[in-house]
Amino acid sequence: MSQTQIPVTVLTGYLGAGKTTLLNRILSENHGKRYAVVVNEFGEIGIDNDLIVESDEEVFEMNNGCVCCTVRGDLIRVVEGLMKRPGGFDGILVETTGVADPAPVAQTFFMDDDVRARARLDAVVAVADAKHLPARLSDTSEAEDQIGFADVILLNKTDLVPDDEVVAVERRIRSINPHAVIHRTERCDLPLDRVLDRGAFDLDRILTLDPDFLEGDGHDHHHHDHDHHEHNHGHDRHDHDHGVGSVSLAGGDLDPRRFFAWINDTTQEHGPNILRLKGILAFADDDDRYVLQGVHMIVEGDHQRPWREGEARESRLVFIGRDLDAAMLESGFKSCLA
Amino acid sequence: MPNRHDIAFDAFVVAAGFVGGTPTFALGDGSVRLFGEDAERIVPTHDGAVLVAAMDHQRIVTGGDDGRVVAVARDGEPRLVAERPRKWIDEVALGPKGAAAFAVGRQAVVVDGQGEERVFDHDRAVGGLAFAPKGLRLAVARYGGVTLWWAGTDAAPTELAWKGAHIGVVFSPDGKHVVTTMQENALHGWRLADGQDMRMSGYPAKPRSLDWSVKGRHLASSGANAAILWPFHHKDGPMGRSPKQLGPREVLVTRVACHPREEVVAAGYQDGVMLLLQIEDGAETTLRNADGGPISALAWDKTGRRLAFGTEDGAAGWVDFDG
Repeated sequence: MSQTQIPVTVLTGYLGAGKTTLLNRILSENHGKRYAVVVNEFGEIGIDNDLIVESDEEVFEMNNGCVCCTVRGDLIRVVEGLMKRPGGFDGILVETTGVADPAPVAQTFFMDDDVRARARLDAVVAVADAKHLPARLSDTSEAEDQIGFADVILLNKTDLVPDDEVVAVERRIRSINPHAVIHRTERCDLPLDRVLDRGAFDLDRILTLDPDFLEGDGHDHHHHDHDHHEHNHGHDRHDHDHGVGSVSLAGGDLDPRRFFAWINDTTQEHGPNILRLKGILAFADDDDRYVLQGVHMIVEGDHQRPWREGEARESRLVFIGRDLDAAMLESGFKSCLA
Repeated sequence: MPNRHDIAFDAFVVAAGFVGGTPTFALGDGSVRLFGEDAERIVPTHDGAVLVAAMDHQRIVTGGDDGRVVAVARDGEPRLVAERPRKWIDEVALGPKGAAAFAVGRQAVVVDGQGEERVFDHDRAVGGLAFAPKGLRLAVARYGGVTLWWAGTDAAPTELAWKGAHIGVVFSPDGKHVVTTMQENALHGWRLADGQDMRMSGYPAKPRSLDWSVKGRHLASSGANAAILWPFHHKDGPMGRSPKQLGPREVLVTRVACHPREEVVAAGYQDGVMLLLQIEDGAETTLRNADGGPISALAWDKTGRRLAFGTEDGAAGWVDFDG
C-alpha cells in the first residue's frame, strides 16, 4: 500500500520500572492519536482497548544463529496484521519483557523487507527505576544492554530517592550511553511527545532536535568511558561491571572506499559486541554530509544534506557496546582519513 | 475476450475467490462480501480486521483480530467456528468433511465437522497450517521445521526438521510432498516417503504465495520478479533442476494462482498488474494494468472460467474468461 512508514517505539526496562504506567498513560491520555500496543501479556494494562495485541516474544535466528541476525517473528506477523486494518495508526508501541534483548526487536525493522516497507523504528525508550537501576546494572548484563541500546531513558521514581543518588545514577547511565536523552520522571509523568515520534533512529531528525548530538567533549578528540571498567576488575562474577561503554571518534574528511571497507569489517567481526553506532561523516570530494547508524552487524547510511557554508567538515562516529577496544577502533578510523 | 468486473472496496482485500460459484471477498474491515446474481451481500464477520482466510469453493473461513473464527457458506450466514477472546487468529486452513483448523500463538486447533475441538501444542509459534489432501492430517509449520499430526487419532506426530523459520506450508495434491515458505527467502520441501529434503532458494523476497499447477506438475511461487515454477513431475522432483521464470517484470510477484485444468498460472504483481502465463512457453496475456496497489488475493473458480483478485488498496473484482 502506498502509505508512509508507521513509527514504532520500543519500550524496554525491568519489571516494576514503570513500563505499564507509561503504557497506561499513552493509551488513556486524550492526545487524539491512535497507537497499537504490542504487549507480552495484558496483565496490568488497565485499559480494554482493541488496539492492544498480546504476543509471545518469538525470536527467529536467521542463517547462522548469530545474535546479529535475529528478528522477532511475532512482530513481523503483528505489523502485517495491523496493516490490514482500515484507518491506519499514528504509531506502534512494542513492550519487551524486562529480560529481553532489545536487538532482535530493532533488527526486525531493518532486516525484514515486508516490515520495513510499512514501519520504521522511531526510538528505543528504556524505563529505569532510579532506586533499583544501580543494583540491576551490577547484577545483570540485560540492564546494561537496555541502557546502552536506548535513545531515550526515563529515569523514573526519582521521588523515591535522594537527589544525590539520582545524580549518581545519571552519571552511571552516561558512562554507558553518553548520547541518550535522559528524562527524570515520577510515575512516568512527562509530555508524551518526549517519548513518541522522536525519530531517534533517523539521524536527520535527531540532528534537528538536538544539534549537540555527537559533539565531542571539549578538546578531547576521542572519549571513552572505561573508567568504571577498571575499578571493577577482580570482583566476583555477579558483581562485576559488564563493560558496556562508548567510544567516540572524530576526524576530518574520510576516504569513502577505505571507510566502508573498515566499517563493514569492524561490524562483521565485532557486531555481537556493538549495540549501536551512529555517525555523521565527511567524505573527501563529497559536498554532502553522510549519516550512518547501526545495530550490531546492520549498518545503514545515506547522504543527508550539503555541508553548510562555514560549517566545519568533520566526521564523528560513536560506538556503544560491550568490551569495545577503543584503541583498535581509533586506529582503524584514523586509517580511513583521506 | 476475457471480461473484467471491477469493484472498489474501502479496505485491504485479504482473500478473493468463489464460494458456491459466487465471487467472495474477505476484507480488512472485518466483513465478507458475496456478489450474487443480483446484489452484493455484506456479511459482518469480525469486530476488527479479517487477518487470515481460507476458501474451498463450499465455504470461506476467516480468522480475525477479535479472536473469532467464522465460516460463511453460499447462503451468506456467518457461523462461529471457534473463539479465543483477546487473541489474534494467526492462521486458518480448511480440511475434509467440514473440518477447519486455526492457530493462535503456539497452539493449532482442529475443529471437525461436528464442531469438536482438538488442540495441538508446539514449542514455537505456528507459522502456517495445511491439511493433507486425504485424511485428517494437519501440517504445522513452525520455527525449525514442520510437525505432521493425524488430527483424528492420538498417534505421535511426525517431525520434519530444517533449520530456520517456516512461515507457511502446503501439501502437494498427491500428498507426497510438504513444502514450506521460509523467512529466509526460500522454500523448503520434504518428500514424505523418505524424508528427502528439497531446497528451493534464490528468491529476493519471501515467497509467500504458493500454488500447484494441474496434477501437481509445477509448484508456482511469488517472491521474485517473475512467477517461479519448480518442476515436480520428474522422478526426483525439482532437485538439480532450474525453475521456470514466467512473466519477468521490474516488480515483485505477490500472488500466484494456478488454473485448475490447464498448465496456466495467473500472477499478481506489486504494482497491481495481473498476467496470465502459459507454463509451457511463458506466453503472456495482460489481465490488469498497474494502479499501484499490490495484488493481495488471487484465486480461480472450480472450473477455471473465472479468476477473482484483490489488492491491498481495496481494488478487487473477477475476470470472466467466457466473456
